[in-house]
Amino acid sequence: MVNLSGDEKNAVHGLWSKVKVDEVGGEALGRLLVVYPWTRRFFESFGDLSTADAVMNNPKVKAHGSKVLNSFGDGLSHLDNLKGTYAKLSELHCDKLHVDPENFRLLGNVLVVVLARHFGKEFTPDLQAAYQKVVAGVANALAHRYH
Amino acid sequence: MVLSSKDKAIIKAAFGKIGGHAADYGAEALERMFLGFPTTKTYFPHFDLSHGSAQVQAHGKKVGDALTKAADHLDDLPSALSALSDLHAHKLRVDPVNFKLLSHCLLVTVAAHHPGDFTPAVHASLDKFLANVSTVLTSKYR
Repeated sequence: MVNLSGDEKNAVHGLWSKVKVDEVGGEALGRLLVVYPWTRRFFESFGDLSTADAVMNNPKVKAHGSKVLNSFGDGLSHLDNLKGTYAKLSELHCDKLHVDPENFRLLGNVLVVVLARHFGKEFTPDLQAAYQKVVAGVANALAHRYH
Repeated sequence: MVLSSKDKAIIKAAFGKIGGHAADYGAEALERMFLGFPTTKTYFPHFDLSHGSAQVQAHGKKVGDALTKAADHLDDLPSALSALSDLHAHKLRVDPVNFKLLSHCLLVTVAAHHPGDFTPAVHASLDKFLANVSTVLTSKYR
């Protein structure tokens, strides 16, 4: 469960309503693959990931990034039950995808950096703190069913 | 994770753009870290950590100045940061996990202030730079 005050929840939702989820999703996943190149191990079927430009323009990266961020957005509507919301996805990431949960933490922080880039001053330290709680909560929920 | 000559060029250019703002960015990154990762406050029980605190401002300048110096000595970080490395190992003893938290908040700060220049390549090189600085600062811990 994420421990957010009413004001924090409002601030989180307020910012999210302005996020272009498809665009930000593609950028966040792309930056993950550029900044932490070992994460490309999960995406060998995606084609050319050899340079930063190739990654950021790769249509499969954009599409998958959009999928991931839309799912993150679903979590925002269920902040009081992230573990329940992500139970099935957690099992999938463990049993089928074999993704080390450390990658969820990496992606969460890349998302925070991308939000800062898009919103500048509006992404205040307080708002960042609220989002850090959310990305940690989502990462923990996705790791919860690992065995 | 070694800095390539391309990384070094990007890092120098980035600090050129950051210029005199390094002190302010250092302070902002600290504020973001204290709010986003409250456990980091345990190292500053003697500080006023409220918004706009003069102590945080002064400390941010120390951090900003040290990083600016490091960016000027990319070919020999251990030597340039030797005194700070001793300080962190023997006196401050900040748990190594915290360097990642401050590094993340520094990236967030730069991204917020330089959205157009903070390309994926710059993001990657700065992240590597901060990781290298962190490694040097914890290199004498044991």
